Amino acid sequence: MSTEGVDTSRRRFLTLATTGMGVVGGAAVVWPFLASLRPSAKAQAAGAPVTIDLTTVEPGQKISVTWRGKAVWVVRRTPEMVASLDKVTADLTDPESKSSLQPDYVKGVGRSIKPDVLVTIGNCTHLGCIPTFRPEHPAPDIHPHWEGGFFCPCHGSKFDLAGRVYKGSPAPVNLVIPPHRFANDLTVVIGEDQA
Amino acid sequence: MAIVPNPYKTTGFLGWIDDRFPLTKLWKDHLSEYYAPKNFNFWYYFGSLALLVLVNQLITGIVLTMHYKPGAETAFDSVEYIMRDVPWGNIIRYMHSTGASAFFIVVFMHMYRGLLYGSYKKPRELIWVFGALIFLVLMAEAFCGYVLPWGNMSYWGAQVIISLFGTIPVIGPDVVIWVQGDYSPADATLNRLFSLHVIALPFVLVGLVVAHLIALHEVGSNNPDGVEIKKHKDKATGIPLDGIPFHPYYTVKDIVGVTVFLMIFAGIIFWAPDGGGYFLEKPNFTPASAINTPAHITPAWYFGSFYAILRATPPLFGSALPGVIAMFGAVLVIFFVPWLDRSPVKSIRYKGPLFKIALTLFTLAFIALSYYGMQPPSPLGKLVSQIGSIVYFAFFFLMPVYTKMDSYKTEPERVTHDAH
Repeated sequence: MSTEGVDTSRRRFLTLATTGMGVVGGAAVVWPFLASLRPSAKAQAAGAPVTIDLTTVEPGQKISVTWRGKAVWVVRRTPEMVASLDKVTADLTDPESKSSLQPDYVKGVGRSIKPDVLVTIGNCTHLGCIPTFRPEHPAPDIHPHWEGGFFCPCHGSKFDLAGRVYKGSPAPVNLVIPPHRFANDLTVVIGEDQA
Repeated sequence: MAIVPNPYKTTGFLGWIDDRFPLTKLWKDHLSEYYAPKNFNFWYYFGSLALLVLVNQLITGIVLTMHYKPGAETAFDSVEYIMRDVPWGNIIRYMHSTGASAFFIVVFMHMYRGLLYGSYKKPRELIWVFGALIFLVLMAEAFCGYVLPWGNMSYWGAQVIISLFGTIPVIGPDVVIWVQGDYSPADATLNRLFSLHVIALPFVLVGLVVAHLIALHEVGSNNPDGVEIKKHKDKATGIPLDGIPFHPYYTVKDIVGVTVFLMIFAGIIFWAPDGGGYFLEKPNFTPASAINTPAHITPAWYFGSFYAILRATPPLFGSALPGVIAMFGAVLVIFFVPWLDRSPVKSIRYKGPLFKIALTLFTLAFIALSYYGMQPPSPLGKLVSQIGSIVYFAFFFLMPVYTKMDSYKTEPERVTHDAH
């Protein structure tokens, strides 16, 4: 290849500028492809809040609803169930829910806005299975100090009636409390924050 | 060195092609004048069998895609349609689903052969690295395929595996939503896994297989004695004295291996296509349900060992991240074997007791992990999985130590082989 009459510094600048522009352009083109994988407008609309009427739910009963494709449990806790929460503190990994996920307005051992209504996401914090509702007690087959709660059949995680995880479970933290608010005394809206 | 067209100076129609495309050269370089060691044993069937299973997966996959309808509303029904209404559809689907398990069986045997005879050692490090990449892509491919029928096990398997991304600190939950394309595994998730399964990953897989073979043919095959056949060449012809042309010797020999393999493969397809619940899991015969978890979520058998490592690792600071790191680490560590093995010989035939003990313990650990990874959680399973995980990693991490301390026999100059 003849290099006669070549201005090498100019050629070098053009090579660098062309390559640089190509890299920047290539990188910019990646963005729409990555962004296209986010939830579509349709999926976002389907993830809208869910309103639940609790007048048909008996105290002591649990109902499951679907919000954003996840099972959300609403448990109407009896006074006895609420009282049981303090009895199991010694058996729990995170009794005060310090390293667990819940909105700021969900306070105390009961992890609820109102003591008698627990709202929690029904996916085990280990790998996302759905634990079973086991309110009966005592139940020595589950735990010697069982006061009622949730038992995950996949990997054996145990949770009390506030979704707090028992020590020795594969699940590292308590069940996740979703954002929710009370529209009135017995109507709860899941997916919107309490004002 | 510049490419010289038609180096064998062929004439006529073949000559016309060879002037334009290296047909004769490719044939000679890779088959009729590719010299393989003459002492290959049973373990050397599994490479060609892996290629056979790959072709089986590609052909059955293409036909299945003609009948399958991705989408949360259509997938399960279209698989049942293939099973009941498409002529021969059940056999073609069973060929594909059994083929997935067969793929892992032959690939595990093929990798184990590499460990036995040191096939990863210099100058074959890149063959091993390409092979480990193939294994990684194969795992991704198998996972995507597992989700496609959108049965309840597909759904919950997807949920468990995708939730592994959720353990990434800070950005984890957003990554999960981005990977799923929704707030839970849904239509968008199924469709993107379908795209990966039928387009992206097969492309990568075939490309890696080609790279694996090019690297192999560049340096030549290892053998059960682990000695280089290129050290002793015929003075006149330059052909390795212990080498025989791959075609026709090994092509014909491989036909025997293929026949035996196909007898077993066809037997499973005809009479036990679900492999007792291990090849096709029973909960996957019910449609996906977001609010009903199968009583016991198990991975496919070939992921059992890695899943057991995930479950055996305790959480740290309230995060399951250590388990996820351990599980992916168990795959990544395979890449480094060529540089972890410090022994002066390749083959286990000339290695000492330390390596043999280590490999035996590793084998037992792998089998125990695979078993307990498929069992419901139990204290015994957890203990065995924890010991097994430690043995699994110790086999790799301590390899530089025990292969250095070990005693060795002297390798022969030439391969040991009785002609028959």
